[in-house]
Amino acid sequence: MLFQYCLRMGDTHNVLAHRMGEWCTNGHILEEDIAMTNIALDHIGAARAWLTYAGEVEGKGRSEDDLAYFRDERAYYNMLIAELPNGNFADTIARNFMFDAFSVLYYSELQNSSDETIAGIAAKVLKEVKYHYKHSADWVLRLGDGTEESHQKMQDALDEVWRFTGNMFEMDSVDQTLADAGVGVDASELKATWLNLVQKTIEEATLKLPENNYMISGSKEGMHTEALGHMLAEMQSLARAYPDAKW
Amino acid sequence: MSVDNNQGQLWEVFIQSKNNLPYKHVGSIHASDKNMALQNARDLYTRRGEGRGIWVVPSNCIVASDPVDEASFFDPSEDKVYRHPTFYVMPEGAKNI
Repeated sequence: MLFQYCLRMGDTHNVLAHRMGEWCTNGHILEEDIAMTNIALDHIGAARAWLTYAGEVEGKGRSEDDLAYFRDERAYYNMLIAELPNGNFADTIARNFMFDAFSVLYYSELQNSSDETIAGIAAKVLKEVKYHYKHSADWVLRLGDGTEESHQKMQDALDEVWRFTGNMFEMDSVDQTLADAGVGVDASELKATWLNLVQKTIEEATLKLPENNYMISGSKEGMHTEALGHMLAEMQSLARAYPDAKW
Repeated sequence: MSVDNNQGQLWEVFIQSKNNLPYKHVGSIHASDKNMALQNARDLYTRRGEGRGIWVVPSNCIVASDPVDEASFFDPSEDKVYRHPTFYVMPEGAKNI
């Protein structure tokens, strides 16, 4: 059960890291290119911590790399929002903004986990996601309250990503059992605070909170959007072609 | 300075490596506002633990001496060695002055 939980956390960071890594050499200015790849590296670090711990918990000798590169799409449990393609810059910012706001709230709670390893990972990751949130929220403001075109692109991006936000707050029996035991967090309880947080920035940016309430789910059972399979094919191809490759 | 390119304005970056030490110029970055300048400076110049403090200053706010004035600005100090503390005799018992 704890193994499953660690996979979900690790997969989410790993998949988002890969998406942010895809921006490398494609940023609109050099500085932003580096900012985004820095964020990618933070997520890689978080993914490594979670997947290493997952391997320890499982106790079958699987390393972080075994878990990252030798599981297929249906055995990946990342949040759907993490796998969404980068799209244009506003799409990336909208996706990250929703996730970063959630992560700040989630890790603020998780650093009090009764599991010492998890509390340690959470305290470290919290510092990083706070910075990510600052970065993405600032861009929501800049683009929303920018030109007519940037405003429209930012609004379209928020509307597009909205249906994937409900998935972040879903609780199944794994989540509930761990939350009740003080190991995990009850994500559903964070939803109201999260909504306030994102609404504040969205309104300040002269944008509108999306009204669509239809939410897509499935990640807890390994069901994904069509985007994940393509990403994993690219991400895992090197490790699978050369299983003994070392840096 | 050109701000009508799509790179944003130029900012000079100063990093303080430890508390109480002076801020040192480390380079420059592009950004379109203060927050972005600070964040870009953080991402470019403190990735390897170089600092605990950052200043960013719009490059066009810096007033610099002109190389044309170099001789009149700096040459007059060359023959005034008595301005160096080494000119003074250390009093007995003083460890430093």
